[in-house]
Amino acid sequence: MIYVKGLSKSFGDHQVIKEINTHIAPGEKVVIVGPSGSGKSTFLRCLNLLEQPTAGSIVFDGQEITDPKTDINKVRQHMGMVFQHFNLFANLTVKDNITLAPQRAKIMNKAEAEQEAMRLLKLVNLEDKADAYPNQLSGGQKQRIAIVRSLAMKPKVMLFDEPTSALDPEMVGEVLELMKKLADEGMTMVVVTHEMGFAREVATRVMFIDEGIVMEENEPGEFFGNPQNERLKSFLAKVL
Amino acid sequence: MEKLISGLKLGLYQTFILDNNYQYFVRGIGITLLVTACALVLGLVIGVMIAIVRSAHDQQPANKRGPVLKFLNGVCKVYLTVIRGTPTMVQLLIMWFVIWASARATDSNMIRCAIVTFGINSGAYIAEIVRSGIMSIEAGQMEAGRSLGMSYADTMRFIIIPQAFKNVLPALGNELITLLKETSIVTVIGLKDLTKGAMIIQSKTYQAFVPFFAIAAIYLVMVLFLTWLLGKLEGRLRQSDIR
Repeated sequence: MIYVKGLSKSFGDHQVIKEINTHIAPGEKVVIVGPSGSGKSTFLRCLNLLEQPTAGSIVFDGQEITDPKTDINKVRQHMGMVFQHFNLFANLTVKDNITLAPQRAKIMNKAEAEQEAMRLLKLVNLEDKADAYPNQLSGGQKQRIAIVRSLAMKPKVMLFDEPTSALDPEMVGEVLELMKKLADEGMTMVVVTHEMGFAREVATRVMFIDEGIVMEENEPGEFFGNPQNERLKSFLAKVL
Repeated sequence: MEKLISGLKLGLYQTFILDNNYQYFVRGIGITLLVTACALVLGLVIGVMIAIVRSAHDQQPANKRGPVLKFLNGVCKVYLTVIRGTPTMVQLLIMWFVIWASARATDSNMIRCAIVTFGINSGAYIAEIVRSGIMSIEAGQMEAGRSLGMSYADTMRFIIIPQAFKNVLPALGNELITLLKETSIVTVIGLKDLTKGAMIIQSKTYQAFVPFFAIAAIYLVMVLFLTWLLGKLEGRLRQSDIR
């Protein structure tokens, strides 16, 4: 589904991503872990071109999205993204947050979008918050709404950029639970996270990125049970 | 004391009653408000467009800026420099006596000239106010909009500008008040606004105290009304901030 070839990204003289090659297949749940500043978030943000790669190519659904001629807005309609700081639109109600993008993309009319919004809100038990504004919600509620806002576009893949890192500990569970539900429904997911339990339980593949390089990747059993790379060993020793 | 009171009575009589002089104030208020309102609308249109060009330019990485955007940004910068760098009265004189030189000195021509001049002038200040508002919105709002597949223009229109507008409303209110008072300089091209009305009465009756204090009071009341109106508007826009 997503083919990444020779992907590099530099900020000025500082090279953050160094020639990453990988393929994310439909239905896969790839969890990316690594120390902070390792480039894992930058890698994820390159996948939907929120960061413009310095070199390399990304092919999504047979379309080379790194080609300047590609209409990136069309591509992004099929790639959901969830942010660490939720980024709900502060000037819109919860319902409008969800219905705006599908309407602007003309994949739904107003009535359809509102119906879909209410269905999604029911899914996360927040239908009573439809007319609330984002800053009236808790962090966990915001993040669950941010997730269903992406889902309203019916994406083929969901990218999660540390979705639980800004949450109070007691709210992490409700967000992870929703992500597990998504995973069970077969959604293709790429998740940058520090939640090792989630990686172990949900991932089909865990990727360890450090210094902008994929140092090791494996299915979770081997990854956590029998790590090979020295840096990964010391990283796991610290976080587990 | 009696002399003072009788003098004041005469002043009031000559300023307002004699020859229906109060009409100068009524028509003056109308013209002042008309010029202010139209100039504000024009200024907002110009200001928002420039703010969008300038912040679109500044938000793109240097290697991704198109030649059109670079050109427009250059034009905007020159405009801001010239308009903010010269006195409004000089701009008005140039507009009326040079650019509008062939126009006949009718009220409607002068009003048009005043609206255009103050609109262009105010646009420069509003542009920087709106730009500061756009820059105050955290990058995550734009990223969220773009990540959902919305265009830059759509995200600006539905997400960034409404939030920016709310944040800069106090500063815009300032600009509106300044604009209202600054329109008094249209007297130099002979437009009969509120200030000109008082000057005409002074030249007819040799009264200075009453006419000038009267318009001072009228300006003050208009500003108070605008301040009250802006407060209302701000309250409504703050809806999304209620916790």
